[in-house]
This record gives sequence, C-alpha cells and structure tokens, in this order.
Amino acid sequence: MKQVYSVPKSLRPVSTHYCPGCTHGIIHKLVAETIDELGVRDRAIGVASVGCSVFSYDYFDCDFQQAAHGRAPAVATGIRRTVPDAVVFTYQGDGDLASIGTAEIVHAAMRSENITVVFVNNAIYGMTGGQMAPTTMVGQRTTTSPEGRIKGLAGEPIRVSEMLATIPGATYVARVSTTSPAHIAKAKRAIKKAFEVQLAGGGFSLVECLSTCPTNWGMSPVEAMEWVDKNMIPYYPLGEFRTPEGGQTNG
Amino acid sequence: MAGRKLFKGNEAVAEAAVRAGCRYFFGYPITPQNEIPEYMSRRLPEVGGAFVQAESEVAAINMVYGAAGTGARVMTSSSSPGISLKQEGISYIAGADLPCLIVNMVRGGPGLGGIAPAQSDYFQATRGGGHGDYHLIVYAPASVQEMVDLTLGAYDVAERYRMPVMILGDGVLGQMMEPVSFPDQMAPDRPAPEWATRGARDGRTPRLINSIYLKPEELYKHNLDMAERFEKASANEVRYEEVLADDAELLLVAYGTTSRVCRAAIEKLRERGIKAGLFRPITVSPFPYDALSKRAKSAKAVLTVEMSMGQLVDDVKIAVAGAAPVHFFGTTGGVIPKASDIAEYAAGIVGEEVR
Repeated sequence: MKQVYSVPKSLRPVSTHYCPGCTHGIIHKLVAETIDELGVRDRAIGVASVGCSVFSYDYFDCDFQQAAHGRAPAVATGIRRTVPDAVVFTYQGDGDLASIGTAEIVHAAMRSENITVVFVNNAIYGMTGGQMAPTTMVGQRTTTSPEGRIKGLAGEPIRVSEMLATIPGATYVARVSTTSPAHIAKAKRAIKKAFEVQLAGGGFSLVECLSTCPTNWGMSPVEAMEWVDKNMIPYYPLGEFRTPEGGQTNG
Repeated sequence: MAGRKLFKGNEAVAEAAVRAGCRYFFGYPITPQNEIPEYMSRRLPEVGGAFVQAESEVAAINMVYGAAGTGARVMTSSSSPGISLKQEGISYIAGADLPCLIVNMVRGGPGLGGIAPAQSDYFQATRGGGHGDYHLIVYAPASVQEMVDLTLGAYDVAERYRMPVMILGDGVLGQMMEPVSFPDQMAPDRPAPEWATRGARDGRTPRLINSIYLKPEELYKHNLDMAERFEKASANEVRYEEVLADDAELLLVAYGTTSRVCRAAIEKLRERGIKAGLFRPITVSPFPYDALSKRAKSAKAVLTVEMSMGQLVDDVKIAVAGAAPVHFFGTTGGVIPKASDIAEYAAGIVGEEVR
C-alpha cells in the first residue's frame, strides 16, 4: 500500500501543550513539512518567542534558540550574520511581534535580513490568560478590555503585513488563514515560498497566519474558526502583499 | 609584540577584541563610546566579520545573544543609559550561559545624566545588572594598555566560565590617547563549542539555547551551577594591584581612572611624611575581598575614592569588615577628583586617626 501521509520528520513525535482546537498545531506542521521538503533540517535554526509558542523548540526537531519577548528578529539577525548557510526562522505570536517587538520586526525587514518569520495572529495574548493585544478586534472582549476593545481608548488593530509591505526590504509578505482545508493548502504554499525566498538569498520574508484561541475567546473550536472567517478576515484580508516579483494578490 | 602606537582608548579596546578573535559587533550610537562601533564598522569586514548598527541597544544585545548562541566571538559596547537598556539581554545571555564581551564607557547618571566620565554604574556592573541571580566577570582597567591586555584575554575567560565579561571603563579611558602595543598574531581559530546552535548537522541531536526553567527545582539547579562557576572565577580570576601598600597606614582603595589620581595623591601624602598606599581592584566582579581584607589589617584607616556617591565603598566595607575605619571621598556628575583634594581629605583622616 502506498503511504500518502506521515508526520513530518522535522516535528518530534510528542504531544504539545496547546489547547484543543488551537491552530498552532496546524502551523507547526506546515513549517515542519516545509523544512522536510526543502531538505534543510540539518541547517535550520529556529528562534522561539514568548507566548504560547514559547515551547515550540520542544516540537521542532532542529536547533533552536529561545528569545526574549519580541526580540526574536534581533536574535535571528545575530544567528544569520554568524552562520551564513543556516536557514533561520522565527516563530512569533501577535503579542510578541505586533506589540513589544515592533521595532525589531520593522528593522529586520528594513535590513532585509535573510530570515523567515512565521507570525501567528490570534488577536489576543494567549499564554498570559487572554489580555487585549494590538491585534484584538474593536469590540472584542478580553480580560483587559472587559467591555470590548474601545476604539477611542485603545485604537484600532494594527495590520502588520500591510505595514511591513511598505518597507523596501520586505521581500515576501503574505497573510493566510488556517480555518479550512483550502486555506491551509494556501498557507502551506505561502510558508514554503517564504523559505524558498530565504534559500535564494532573497532577504526578509514573513507569513502572517490568522489563528484561533478557543480557550481565551470562550468559544468551541468550530465557533472560533467561524469567528476568524466572519470577523478577522474582513479586517485582515488574505493574500500576498509583497513578492520577489513585485506582484500583489488578494483573496 | 610589535612597536607601540598611540591609540585612543575606544579604538584600542576594539582592536584588542579583534585580535582576541571577535568577528561580530552589534551596537548603537551613544557618547562617549562612539569610536568603538565606528572602528568596528570598518575593521570587521577586513577580517571576514560583520558589523550591524542595530535599531536600539535592546536589539543590539539580543543580536549578541543570537550570535553568541552560535559559538561566535561577539561584542557590544555602550555607555550608561545604553547599558541600562541592554540589561534585558544581559540577563538572558547570562541565563543561557553564553560568553560574550560587553564594554561600558561609563558616563554620569542617573537618567540622561551627562557625557563626562563617572563610576556610578558600579552597582549595576558588579551585581549582575538585570533581573535574576547572576554575576558578570567585570574588569576595571586603569590605562589604555591595561584595557587592551584585559580584552585580549576576555573571551577565554568568558568561554571558560560561560558568562559575559564586561570591561568597565569610563569617558576618560575611552577618549584619552596612550601608547599601546598589540600582539602581532590574531587569536587562532577555534572549533565551535559543543553547545553551539549552528544547525544539527551530520545527524547530531538538535541543541537549544535557552534561559527558561519553569520547574523551580530545575531553575534552582541551574542557578546553583551558575553560582558554582562564579565561585570558580572568584578563586581563579581575581586581580588587583597594590602600590606602596606594604607599610601603608592609610590605605586608599580606588579603581580605573580614579586610581590614577590616587597615585598622585599618595605621592603628595608621602612627601608630607604620611605613609599612604593604594589597593586597586582590577576585577571588580569577582571582587578581591580576601586580598583587601588581608591588607586592611595592617592599615590604621582605609579611604575609598570613587567617582560616585558611594558604591565601591560598600565592597570595601565588606572586605575590611571592621578591621579599620572605612572613609569615603567621592565626586559625582562627571567631575574627576583632584589629587590635591584627595590628599587634603586624606590628611584630615590622618590627623584624626592615624597619628
């Protein structure tokens, strides 16, 4: 019998600490499959961030460094400059990248550091128990926006991909979703393309993955997926915002 | 050693780091240390290394973390407000057991303070500086040549104990020119350490650079291990210098730039028939407690002189432990003490206690 599917080799055969219905597991798998398919596990160096993905080094079967909150792009820069043939990637959440780490991500893009950033946006601080993030939707209830995010007090959510796409050094920037098989297939293509840009020496690449947090959103996994489609995708449009060819695609 | 050349302190410490094998520098501009990044930006490409001007001190020190985690010899430098910003990364680097070289050309504080030389970062440098249970190995050179010599050995020490080494200078040491000599040879290339993350090649098990230990008993164990390594450094790496200390009834204690002024003060005091000597810590962390304790027993009084409102004096009191009265003469805000003022103050002590 022909084997049509197996767990990627770059993912360790262990249980994760992620909550049921969380999409970190899907995104981990897509990154690990990409590393397998490109045959770069032995020169991959990942940088874990602070947040729910803090322990991602326990799941990816390659060298890793654990960075301080928001600093993964700076740590990745240090690695990039010292090991020229390494494949360097960061795995960061939205609290990490879009709040405390805005300076580091903007300037890594400006320098066009030849790294790949996997940016997981679930519109909330998950690890610390569901506080408001810069990416939290207006009206979304969190433990620090009990009446919902109020535009006049906390502003409107930051669109990281669109912001980074204005930077000349950002070679590849895409936003994908993980809420359906079709979306996941597109997400895989974007992540693989981002790593291919790095392998070609093309410079900075980032894939923003819209993700769920059923636990802190107070929803079932299915409801959470539907909430992404209904509330996040209209505000955070999917597509490629920068490509090496210079094109943009939406949807 | 080749012939002596006139070198500015900041450029000398940079060249010494290169001779010691430093190939990567991550920094951010701040006065009075700008000649260090400027020098590295032209020097490192010549030796196959890389210079990155980071977006902030915070980013620079985290680049140091990443590069140090690959086993590279890496350096950053700054001055007081910038070193405060770097404390986040310094704590993580210490927590992840990574060697690196950090230079602080201290200026007056707190806050933006001034750009004139000071020694008011002593507590920060010798007590870890950032959050958590750790120490750095901190050298306090008193001349450009000594700064070069200490820097030449800094990476070996940092790698032996797997902790950051700091050169604690000040605006005077960074800005003044003195004749220095460097070794002709560069430090030989060395293989990547067995903990370095450079890709899990040839089937080896993946490695992790990390400072997180969520189980209290694991963090306990890790912190004990760090403390043991610092204990070993305390046993092996402590350095100090004594000047006319054998018969000193009045023992001055000072480090760095201030120790040079104290030498002149001692001359003045000796001319007046007062037996004054100097104890100069070269490592301020680990501090030469035992040596100073021993020396203080033969003195009638101890005088700590520093460019701060009283930081080194705490370590002096720990070392002297009541064996002699410990006096304090400090200048602050970027003011360098005058030898005549120190001598005057010292003579007053002698009038009260030595005679």
